[in-house]
Amino acid sequence: MSTWKALTGAQAVAEAMRQANPDVVAAYPITPQTPIVEQFASFVANGIVDTEMIPVESEHSAMSCTVGAAAAGARAMCATASQGLALMWEVVAAVPGLRLPIVMPIVNRALSAPINIHCDHSDAMGATTIGWIQIYSENAQEAYENTLLAIRLAEHKDVLLPVMVMQDGFIISHGVENVEVFDDEAVKNFVGERKPDRYLLDVDHPYTIGPLALPDYYFEIKRQQEAAMENALKVYLEVGKELSKISGHDYPYFEEYKTEDAEAVIVILSSAAGTAKDAVDELRNEGKKVGLVKPKLFRPFPYREMRKALEKFKAIGVLDRSMAFGAYAPLYTEVRNALFESENRPKLQSYIFGLGGKDIFKSDIKKVFDELLSGNLNPEEQRYIRLRG
Amino acid sequence: MATLQEIMAKPVGLASGHRMCAGCGIGAIVRTVLAASDKPVIVANATGCLEVVTTIYPYSAWKVPWIHLTFENAAAVASGIETAYRALRKRGKIDKDVNIIAFGGDGGTYDIGFQALSGALERGHRFLYVVYDNEGYMNTGNQRSSATPFGASTTTVPAGTKSFGKPQWRKNIVEIAAAHRIPYAATAANHNIIDLYNKAKKALSQDGPSFLAVLQPCTTNWKYDPALTMTYSKLAVETNFWPLYEFDHGKLHINYKPKNRKPIEEFLKGQGRFRHLFKPENRPIIEKMQKMIDEEWERLLKLEESGAVL
Ligand SMILES: Cc1ncc(C[n+]2csc(CCOP(=O)(O)OP(=O)(O)O)c2C)c(N)n1
Ligand code: SF4
Ligand SMILES: [Mg+2]
Repeated sequence: MSTWKALTGAQAVAEAMRQANPDVVAAYPITPQTPIVEQFASFVANGIVDTEMIPVESEHSAMSCTVGAAAAGARAMCATASQGLALMWEVVAAVPGLRLPIVMPIVNRALSAPINIHCDHSDAMGATTIGWIQIYSENAQEAYENTLLAIRLAEHKDVLLPVMVMQDGFIISHGVENVEVFDDEAVKNFVGERKPDRYLLDVDHPYTIGPLALPDYYFEIKRQQEAAMENALKVYLEVGKELSKISGHDYPYFEEYKTEDAEAVIVILSSAAGTAKDAVDELRNEGKKVGLVKPKLFRPFPYREMRKALEKFKAIGVLDRSMAFGAYAPLYTEVRNALFESENRPKLQSYIFGLGGKDIFKSDIKKVFDELLSGNLNPEEQRYIRLRG
Repeated sequence: MATLQEIMAKPVGLASGHRMCAGCGIGAIVRTVLAASDKPVIVANATGCLEVVTTIYPYSAWKVPWIHLTFENAAAVASGIETAYRALRKRGKIDKDVNIIAFGGDGGTYDIGFQALSGALERGHRFLYVVYDNEGYMNTGNQRSSATPFGASTTTVPAGTKSFGKPQWRKNIVEIAAAHRIPYAATAANHNIIDLYNKAKKALSQDGPSFLAVLQPCTTNWKYDPALTMTYSKLAVETNFWPLYEFDHGKLHINYKPKNRKPIEEFLKGQGRFRHLFKPENRPIIEKMQKMIDEEWERLLKLEESGAVL
């Protein structure tokens, strides 16, 4: 039986971790991820899980310990945000090449400088090219479910890649929602146990992990990683179908909201999609043909499916919560790439919003739709929402 | 006490055919430490010569489970393995006893891996950390580390008309390790295989972290005749440049006291990295070095005599 609990996004992820009861968790606190670590530590301290937790001295060691534990054969998890992700970067980048299925919840926070503890996606968007699967969550419920899904996706024999599960700092991590927590037993059966076919603690079958590879093999090893990413697209849907049996929810690559007959849509990630849906509802009531597409799986990016979903619209606004200084914003880049093969490319407009936790309101979204519907578009221009003049 | 023959007869954890330079001392150190374990061993290895020369894909010289992650985190990786070991043991998924050993170079230990090492020692994981100390970043061609001795010329602090090489003495890594109140920390040297073996055995018998710093002459970057690796290791001990001692539960015991300590020149001569010190104008540098060595030795003797617990 599932139960409804009033939980923050951070607590919701900790609930997923409680239910998965990993062998090892190593994490270092950083606002706004700290409540995940604290909540999980209290589960350990009170015997609610029997996970071994490593209270490390830094994020660099958090990920290093997680890798050591995962290579040793454990199901091992970590969690971080922003500066923490930046500090562990070198190790994070090594994980996909080692093919270790580590799941790491990320509570998205702006990157320094200036130092800022609030939400944007500059931390995770900086990590889109190194081989981690990335799933973005709109709310606490999604963060909870995506964490469960991620464990199975990461450990699937055709994938064996690490996964970051995103939620927005403070907005989700610290906001309380009614979260449906699925039956413990059902989740336990769903996540199962990690069964690595090679691991260090299998001392009768010694193996070498993390060797030096020279130009004769390095490239080939990396190509295999890409094949695993291609597999992840398929496995994501398969695992999602299984999770649906417990949750009753769907796990598409992206959510399409009121898009059937839409003329103008916005593409937006994470919590701001909730605000934007309210704006869509109100505009729909006014008879405006608007809709929304919210990507969930960002790496691997489902280009083909995204093209098919988007090419029928007249105008598309892409709203990014991070910048790619000197280049198109990350989400906008992917949408643009997805549409390149289209016969009838919709008009596109890129918007950047919410850096360092700057709020976005329904009125802002409505203004975007006004521009999209009225054709007030200029693809040459980068637009900013709520930027002080 | 094991004899050298007995140690050599133990199963070999590191196979021959690796790509160490001729005369490199690392192989003997690793082989001896692995032989000292009577349980299966899992190795975590920092980036450096040992990692590079033993694992060029698709080959591996390791006959024991082995992992390399990055340069500065062997102690953290070992922490993760040890924790996984406890977790999987507790859950009945494995049943064998194991020893976990981390190997790092001096760069990966004294310098860039210092924080991860300190964290692991403080948390009290049951593992042995071994630094094979060749006194510099050798894999990358002899750059300075905080283990590089006073007066040595490296590519990043070379000797020159305005430089006699490294102006600082090395960091005292063993005392720093012992100051974490770990049960066992010791020095050892490449030539004294029996002492190294016994220390590794003692280290592995502890119920907590242990630490060994093993002096390892590097033929390529110390620049000496590859036949002389063990000779230089021995001279380092006979000159008190690298004393052999251990902190057993914080208490110092000096394992070897040379009857007639040799002058430091005996160790320095024949090594390219110290060649410049034999110029007349650098005479005071050698004198200063001798003074530092003698003072450090006196300090160790006093500390041992006091019976104080670190
Ligand atoms: C983060 C990082 N910085 C620098 C390097 C380059 N690097 C590789 S090995 C090494 C020196 C290793 O020195 P040491 O730990 O003493 O081992 P040795 O090579 O002497 O065996 C350096 C600087 C690296 N691999 N990673
Ligand atoms: S460079 Fe020095 S330490 Fe490295 S393999 Fe050669 S002799 Fe050994
Ligand atoms: Mg070195």
